[in-house]
Amino acid sequence: MTSPSPTRHSWYEESARGRLAHLLDPGSFTEFLGPERREFSPHLGLFNLPHQLDDGIIVGNGKLDGRPVLAAAQEGRFMGGAIGEVHGAKLTGLLRAARQMKRDVVILFDTGGVRLQEANAGELAISEIIRATLETRAEGVRVIGLLGGRAGCYGGGSLIAGCCSALVISEQGRLSVSGPEVIETNKGVEEFDSRDRALVWRTMGGKHRYLIGGVDLFVDDDVAAFRAGAVAALERPAALNQAVLAAEQARLERRLARFGDAADGAEVWARLGVPHPATVPDLDTSAFLTIATSKREGADAAR
Amino acid sequence: MENLRYELSTTGPAGGTRAVALVGVVASGNLEVLLERGEAPDRCVIDIATPAHGFAALWQAVTADFAARMAAGGLRITINDGGARPDTVALRLAQGVRLMEKPE
Repeated sequence: MTSPSPTRHSWYEESARGRLAHLLDPGSFTEFLGPERREFSPHLGLFNLPHQLDDGIIVGNGKLDGRPVLAAAQEGRFMGGAIGEVHGAKLTGLLRAARQMKRDVVILFDTGGVRLQEANAGELAISEIIRATLETRAEGVRVIGLLGGRAGCYGGGSLIAGCCSALVISEQGRLSVSGPEVIETNKGVEEFDSRDRALVWRTMGGKHRYLIGGVDLFVDDDVAAFRAGAVAALERPAALNQAVLAAEQARLERRLARFGDAADGAEVWARLGVPHPATVPDLDTSAFLTIATSKREGADAAR
Repeated sequence: MENLRYELSTTGPAGGTRAVALVGVVASGNLEVLLERGEAPDRCVIDIATPAHGFAALWQAVTADFAARMAAGGLRITINDGGARPDTVALRLAQGVRLMEKPE
C-alpha cells in the first residue's frame, strides 16, 4: 500500500478530475451538476475574476473497490480550492444525499478554506457542510477525507476534515486551521516564517499530523496508494456517539498536557520517543511508518 | 471581464460521439475549455471570458488558426481564461477536440 514504485503517479500533481479517475473503479464515476450545467459562482464576476464552470469542485457517485460511494474532489489550482457559495452547496448537497442513501462519502480535499470574495456565503457554506457531515455520520455513514493536494487543507476546509470519520494523508498533505501566510501576517515573521518550507511541513505536514494522531493513515504521494488508503479507511468503524466524543476530549487533553509547550514539531517527535527526530523529514514512507507505528499518538473516530 | 465570441467556418465536422468534454482549469496562465456539440457541422462557435482586457486580436488569431488546423465543425466551445498564453490556448483547444474524438 505504501511502498514506492517506479510507476508512481503523483496525487499532488494530478488535477481534481484526474485524482477521481484514478481513485474510483474505472468508468464508475457519474458527475452531478457537471461543468455543462454551468452552476458557477455568481459573485466572482463582480470582482472581474474568472469563474470556473464547476466552481472548483466535482461531485458525483462511483465505486471504490466495488463498493458504492459518493465522492467530491476540490481543484486546488482554481482559487486555491477555496470554498464559495456554489462550491459549498455542491458538497452540502452530496453529504445530505449520502445521509438519505446511507452511502459512504469520500472527500478529496484541496483547499485554502473560505473564498474571501464570497466571505459570508463561504462561511455559511462551511457551517452547512459541517452540519451535513455530522448529521450524515450520526446515521452511521462514513465520511472519509483524503489530504494530499497542492493547496493543502486549511481554514474552514480543515474544520470539515476534523469532522470526518477517517483521514488519509501523504507527506505532501498539509492540514491546519491557519495557513503559514495567515500566521505570519497576524503574528509576525518571528512567530512563523511562511517561506521556511521545512518549518511549514514540520508544523502542518502529513508526517507530523500522523505522528500526533491528527490523521489515521499515512500513504505515499501516489494515486494507487491513496486508493488503497481510502479502501482501508472505509473499513474503519463509523460510530459517532457520546463515548467516542468523550474519548476524543480526553485524548486532546492528554495531547495538550504532553506537547502544549513544545516549540517545534521536532520537539514533539522527540517527546514521542522518535529516535533522531531531526531526520524524520528525510525518511521514506516505509522507514517512517516503521517508527511511527510504535511511537505515534493514536487517532480516533472523533479526531 | 472581457467577453469575446468567434463564429468560425471549419475544415470539417469534429470526430467522435462524445457529447461534452472539459480540459484545463482556471488558474494563472491556464484556462478551461468546455466543448459541446450542437452547431452546424461546418461551423464552430467559441465564447471566451477573459480577465485580461485588450487582447481580442490575439484571440482572433489563435481561434482562426485552430479552426484552420483542426476539424472542429459542430462544436460550441466555452473558454474561461486565467491569463493563458496563446500557445497554451492552442494546445488546450487541440486537446479538447482530441478528447471529443475519444470513446467515453
